[in-house]
Amino acid sequence: MYLLLVFIPMMCSMITLLFGRNIGIQGATKLTTISISSVALISLYLGITQSQPVHINLLTWFTNDTLNVNWGLQFDSITYVMLVVVTAISALVHLYSTEYMGTDPHLPRFMSYLSLFTFFMLILVTADNIVQLFIGWEGVGTCSYLLINYWYTRIQANKSAIKAMVVNRVGDMALSLAMFCLIYMFNSIEFSTIFANIATVNNTIIILGLEINLISVTGILIFIGAVGKSAQLTLHTWLPDAMEGPTPVSALIHAATMVTAGVYLIIRCSPLYEHSNISLTLITIVGALTAFFAATVGLLQNDIKRVIAYSTCSQLGYMVFAAGLSSFSVSLFHLFNHAFFKALLFLSAGSVIHALADEQDFRKIGGLISKVPLTYSLVLIGSLSLAGFPYLTGFYSKDIILELAYGTYTIPSTFAYWLGTISAFCTAYYSMRLIYFTFLSAPLTSKEQFNNAGESGIAMTIPLIILGFASIFIGFVCKDYFVGLGSQAFNQSIFISPQNNAVYEAEFLPAWIKNIPVVFSLIGAALGVYLLSAQGSVLYNWKISPLGNAIYKFLNSKWYFDVIYNKFIVKPALNIGHDITYKIIDRGVLEYFGPNGLYSLVVKLSQMVSTTQIGQIYNYTFTMIIGLSVLLLPTIIN
Amino acid sequence: MFSEYILLSVIIFLLGVLGIILNRKNIIVLLMSIELILLAINLNFIVLSVMSDDLIGQVGAILVLTVAAAESAIGLAILVAYYRIRGTIAVLFINLMKG
Repeated sequence: MYLLLVFIPMMCSMITLLFGRNIGIQGATKLTTISISSVALISLYLGITQSQPVHINLLTWFTNDTLNVNWGLQFDSITYVMLVVVTAISALVHLYSTEYMGTDPHLPRFMSYLSLFTFFMLILVTADNIVQLFIGWEGVGTCSYLLINYWYTRIQANKSAIKAMVVNRVGDMALSLAMFCLIYMFNSIEFSTIFANIATVNNTIIILGLEINLISVTGILIFIGAVGKSAQLTLHTWLPDAMEGPTPVSALIHAATMVTAGVYLIIRCSPLYEHSNISLTLITIVGALTAFFAATVGLLQNDIKRVIAYSTCSQLGYMVFAAGLSSFSVSLFHLFNHAFFKALLFLSAGSVIHALADEQDFRKIGGLISKVPLTYSLVLIGSLSLAGFPYLTGFYSKDIILELAYGTYTIPSTFAYWLGTISAFCTAYYSMRLIYFTFLSAPLTSKEQFNNAGESGIAMTIPLIILGFASIFIGFVCKDYFVGLGSQAFNQSIFISPQNNAVYEAEFLPAWIKNIPVVFSLIGAALGVYLLSAQGSVLYNWKISPLGNAIYKFLNSKWYFDVIYNKFIVKPALNIGHDITYKIIDRGVLEYFGPNGLYSLVVKLSQMVSTTQIGQIYNYTFTMIIGLSVLLLPTIIN
Repeated sequence: MFSEYILLSVIIFLLGVLGIILNRKNIIVLLMSIELILLAINLNFIVLSVMSDDLIGQVGAILVLTVAAAESAIGLAILVAYYRIRGTIAVLFINLMKG
């Protein structure tokens, strides 16, 4: 059953890819949807019934001296949670895609990529060693490339796919460096070995007289890997651009699963991070900054999918700083909940886009509440859940993260608390802004488009409704399992050192402090609706004032991150590549001292030598005599 | 007492060589210079033969005489053939083959 769980997606991906034209569009969609759904049911069954870790050793990969690398699968609490998230979201997205992409001529390819992605994600979460995890890690990156670039005739999709791949590579390089550090320290790459020995290993090396704590270095390198994959600040630029892919792809990859791989890795490496406070501090700060940055940028985006993409980025920031505060299970809980409501938001956005013949800019939509009431209610559920409205899924994880940030008595945690609270305010505001512009404002589409808009078919509605129920209830249902006080669920897979454990302080905070984030969210939501619906002219006047315009531009162009990167990193790197590497080194020095220079030197020399033969006999005789004399010189000298 | 003879033959040899190098006018002079060189060598052979009281040197000299005769015959034949084609025997104009 465990092996089926992992390899069914691969089999159905391969069958769909290789025999897509034999089984046809209907066959491909049915095969993949049914397979992935069965996988989802298996993982749900396992997640509910199994409590003990299971380890399956498949075969030996390679052996070198004392380093053994095996193919092995490891199933523990974290893995079960991730399995449920990945397979459930993936199954729903498969079902959704059958209708959303129904008229696409390359549907078998699409379904195959989706299944392949699921397979790599399962490999990633079930890996028992970091090298096998790296296969999944690179695999989801590759699938992300293939899926963003699914409509490969669009230049923008090509560029986004390349950007996603390359920006991810930056983090992947750090991750592979971290693997080398682990091999150096432990001579092993298996999680069990590494985590068992982490407290006893000799972990310092001396470079240039500096004593360096290798565990901290490894932790930071792994975190840089996670920064790339989970779109944290500095390497986040690929995520909003990845919205060029079809909407189900955004829902599956860039909301629910692939971006959570980075957070998963941090959670998986909890014993390592618990032995390095520097990396925990770094994680907290970067996560908090990401949450804040993405929330502020989300305020003034005008594309449905981009708003949701920035909210993903922001929520990932919450997960990461929760992990940085040593509350890994809380981080995992938020990951779990976020997957459901973010998939819901993306798929509903897809439904809206589908209803309006691919219009994504919500300044051009408006007034859809009468046309697509079901989608409206689902977006509302998703947004309220995202904003942490009480009693919905998002509330249970998001609030506890902020409580923990308050309850941990360090400077970075206080920093994270306030940034997180402000982000909660912004999140509520931009969710309401999206809803207002899409559903509540006066219709801004053409009359024909507006009249043709309508609810989607059953294959798109069922996943939405399931996710809607999950977004309401799953936080409450799973609360005790994940973050209940004294819950034993993760004791075997997450290690939290006693001095970092702040869960009791957070639990018994004064009530008014616990209410601050909720109040902020509610104020944000109310302010959003009020300003946009009743006081639109105030916002407009503010926007055209010089200061307001500057702020609008600053936030709308994403804090100028892309501009700065292009100007100071991408362009100079390209120029270095062309001017120095290519023109000076390759075509310059190497060719001058290599083939070209040697060639012209030989030609010049031989021409010089052959000009001595001018055809005159007396000249030749002179040369002969001189030559003979030179040859005889040694005998004369001796 | 033989050193004067050897000196003489060396001088004649060098004169022949200089005749080849410095001559830019006439191929006949060139051939004559070659003959001069051969004569110098012959003289040297003979002197050394007498000096070392050995007949081999004189055998060699006789051999060189025949070779020199044959060589000058062939050289003159080439010269005649060349003159028929080019109409001149000036050394300066034998410069068709350049490097």
